[in-house]
Amino acid sequence: MRRVFEALARVVDPRTLPIAVTILLFCALFGFGSVMYTGFFSWQVLLDLLVDNAFLLIVAIGMTFVIVSGGIDLSVGSVVALTTIVEAVLSEHMHLSVWIIIPIVLLMGTVFGAVQGALIHFFRLQAFIVTLAGMFFARGLCFLITTQSITITDPTFQKISAFRLNIGVGSVSANVLIALVTLAAAIYVAHFTRFGRNVYAVGGNPRSALLMGLPVAHTRIGVYALSGFCSALGGAVFTFYVLSGYGLQGQGMELDAIAATVIGGTLLTGGVGYVLGSLFGVGILGTIQTLITFDGTLSSWWTRIVIGALLCAFCLLQRLIERHAKSVTRAGGTGAVATSGHGHAHAETPAPKPDSQVLGRAAG
Amino acid sequence: MKLSKWFSRDGGERQLLWPCVTLALLCGLNLLVNPHFLALRTLDGHLFGAPIDILNRAAPLVLVAIGMTLVIATRGIDISVGAVVAIAGAAAATILSTQAVPSGALVAQALVAALVVGLLSGMWNGVLVSFVGMQPIIATLILMVAGRGIAQLLTAGQIIPIGAPAYLFVGGGYWLGIPCSVWIATVAVLATAALVEGTALGLFIRAIGVNPVATRLVGLRSKAIVFAVYGFSGLTAAMAGILISSNVRSADGNNAGLLLELDAILAVTLGGTSLLGGRFSFAGTILGALIIQTLTYTTYSIGVPPEATLVVKAAVVLAVSVIQSPAARALAVSFGSSLVKHRGVAR
Repeated sequence: MRRVFEALARVVDPRTLPIAVTILLFCALFGFGSVMYTGFFSWQVLLDLLVDNAFLLIVAIGMTFVIVSGGIDLSVGSVVALTTIVEAVLSEHMHLSVWIIIPIVLLMGTVFGAVQGALIHFFRLQAFIVTLAGMFFARGLCFLITTQSITITDPTFQKISAFRLNIGVGSVSANVLIALVTLAAAIYVAHFTRFGRNVYAVGGNPRSALLMGLPVAHTRIGVYALSGFCSALGGAVFTFYVLSGYGLQGQGMELDAIAATVIGGTLLTGGVGYVLGSLFGVGILGTIQTLITFDGTLSSWWTRIVIGALLCAFCLLQRLIERHAKSVTRAGGTGAVATSGHGHAHAETPAPKPDSQVLGRAAG
Repeated sequence: MKLSKWFSRDGGERQLLWPCVTLALLCGLNLLVNPHFLALRTLDGHLFGAPIDILNRAAPLVLVAIGMTLVIATRGIDISVGAVVAIAGAAAATILSTQAVPSGALVAQALVAALVVGLLSGMWNGVLVSFVGMQPIIATLILMVAGRGIAQLLTAGQIIPIGAPAYLFVGGGYWLGIPCSVWIATVAVLATAALVEGTALGLFIRAIGVNPVATRLVGLRSKAIVFAVYGFSGLTAAMAGILISSNVRSADGNNAGLLLELDAILAVTLGGTSLLGGRFSFAGTILGALIIQTLTYTTYSIGVPPEATLVVKAAVVLAVSVIQSPAARALAVSFGSSLVKHRGVAR
């Protein structure tokens, strides 16, 4: 049994196994829907997954960078809400053009994220607590600006919202194009730039990254700024999607974004993950929602239960891979691992990461 | 054993200085706005007044926060408590709704069911954290995501009204002139403090928080203790769920206990319990919960829009964590000394 597992592990690299499982699961879910429900297997249903989840994809991309760097960002949902409100107020009350509003909100999101990153880095605060405060702060700002829902009547907004590009027999909205451009840019940044490599290095082992002379401060702050930027862009896209601004928008979106990232194969301990995985993570969340809509007899709360179950399954898979990687290194006998005590309940300890992972990553 | 020793073993009164000062300042602010803020009067043999109101409304938060205190002391975190509150309320309401006029036995059954459901939820978290070895934030995130779905599954997506007088008494009734929920919270806190600080359990929990590996190597059954701590957190969340559902006379799977986990973490942090584990104080946590509730009361009484509470809370969380952070202190010291040097040169 063990030999079989090891042979399998050689075929499927531990770093790519989660993403392979994710893609398989996405295909399986979509195939299941196609077999079970008439009209499910169509190009338009596939495209609609993107149309309805473009904002989530953009937010999840930012979250992927944060989680790869070993942090977490709980403020994304409320930044999305803040963006919709600011856009609505600037458009409806100040009558500014879309082309002025968008840069303003993007700058706002980036600065918001950068401030959080600076607090986390310079004061050595827990990312969880700082972004939690950020979440309260942004949500509170929303309600301070207005507690009403503001409908956007600006013609340019409506034109962008109604825009459709035909692809084959289906069509996609402008939001999808924005999301795909963001995805392409994010993949480039993650894998082909110095910043991207630094993010993986900091996530893998911050102390080593610092000793190697990598700009840890820039990277950490940059990652949260990027997440803030993505949240604001996601908020802008969400505004095009619903054409209104409301302070209760995007509640729980941080959970969806984290779930999509984890299901997409990003390790929560940092250092391992692919931006492309998050695309499939979002795809899986979207497919579950579509399946439940197509079924008609299942209620909406099943979405949350299924997402929770999937999240659980993927976390268990991650633990399994970690343990396996560790046992392989132990057999190889580096010795250092035996004393690291990483297998204990408190994986959050700042204690050294399992060296196997670091070694594996360095080798790859 | 002295009561004060039960409440805090390390740091003593100094650790509680800041929370006390904050609470006193808030009360002072309220007194400025409303000179009768601390006045109590009796109506139908019940005590009424702002302090009683604050205590009454803070009771669920206190319950959740003492569970959270122990979890955080082991270097963990439990972000599923809000969802557990919803599940427990939903479970009790579902059982109560099976009879038009619920009998006493059914009410007892509902209460027990809610507690058992909460305990099971906490144990699920405990298994994931201590035996599977997941990061606490992720392990409890799973239940946070799925929990509200489960609560809505129980209530079939409806808000179930609760009419049983015996059940409503738990969260809305009075005993000896003081609200029942305050009694329940007090008894729970004293029992927990006696259990944890009266035995070696408190020491074990602190040891796990300080150095989990060493604790295990010493021979403590740290996995079992961590498991029990998460189970306890689920139990206290269920008690809070009973109080909340009884107080609002309904169970709402979607909104009951929304953002309660954040308030609980805030209360624990305000009370001086370190998020890095190994140090906790029940008295601090209770003060923290009272501060949060007084803050909410103050924003209403001053006439600030209630939405601003969120911004104030954010500022308080940041201020407290920056004050707690050693890096910030070092930065402040070096800044101060450079300032002194600079002045010296200028002279």
